Amino acid sequence: MATHSTTAQHPSHLETTTGLDHRKLLMWTFLASECLFFGSLIATFLLFKDAAVVGPYPHEVLNIPVTSTSTFVLLTSSLSMVLALAAIQRGDIVSMRVWIMATAVLGATFLGFQVFEFQEFIHEGLKPSTNVFGASFFTLTGFHGAHVAVGVIWLMSLFIYSFKSKDRILASKSLDVELAGLYWHFVDIVWVVIFTVVYLISSLE
Amino acid sequence: MENNEQEPVEHHDSEHPSPAKYIQIAIILTLITAFEVAIYYVEAISNGVFITIFLGMAVVKFIIVAMYYMHLKFDSRVFTLLLVAGLFLATGILITLGTLFRIFT
Repeated sequence: MATHSTTAQHPSHLETTTGLDHRKLLMWTFLASECLFFGSLIATFLLFKDAAVVGPYPHEVLNIPVTSTSTFVLLTSSLSMVLALAAIQRGDIVSMRVWIMATAVLGATFLGFQVFEFQEFIHEGLKPSTNVFGASFFTLTGFHGAHVAVGVIWLMSLFIYSFKSKDRILASKSLDVELAGLYWHFVDIVWVVIFTVVYLISSLE
Repeated sequence: MENNEQEPVEHHDSEHPSPAKYIQIAIILTLITAFEVAIYYVEAISNGVFITIFLGMAVVKFIIVAMYYMHLKFDSRVFTLLLVAGLFLATGILITLGTLFRIFT
């Protein structure tokens, strides 16, 4: 019984049957399932991007300079995220908070770019209901944006949590930050694929 | 029951890259992205070459982030296998749909 109560209280500190931390294993399993989710959305986009019978068409609306800037912002947020992890691993919780906040701000900036882009598209006559390109584009990039939004909320929660439970974060040997980082970097690499397939390749005439 | 008490274990290795290494990786990622955008505006290149270069660059960036920022290079191989399995199935979906609906032709 003692084992059960200890397990419930400190699951990340126990030896496991796999020899791996089960929270981390669960996160990687979740990320693997996310590959299928985004893989299906990207395949659907490729299927429909050239099937529109009315405009606007991809090369008429996609704005490479703006999206390149937002891509740079997201790549930079991955750097700040990993610096937050490096900070907590050496026990520097103040630096961790700074980098976590920087990551959240950069993520929010990326979302701002996405809102701007969506508004521009709507002004140019492309809505989800306009054609199949619009429907698949907004679905794919919208779901990615939703993932970024969840990431920003997660990071802000971690930031607040670091004040309320400083000892817990330090005792977790950085796992709390590492799990948030894994999610954040995954969202980043999904964007690397979306930027290439949806923007660079699809906007070629 | 006391024999079932389990000892705390270290889950995090100390082989993760240094902050300086992370910054170097960020510079490499930025340079690759800048190169992608720069060649996008070169008109002399055919679409086939463009697509090959863009996909190649995306794969390189993907691998760099997964290996260094997500620490797959330093972590258990099980995590790498999970990600590869997910990517394998996702690629299968892409190829199957592409073949069924002839988006590759």
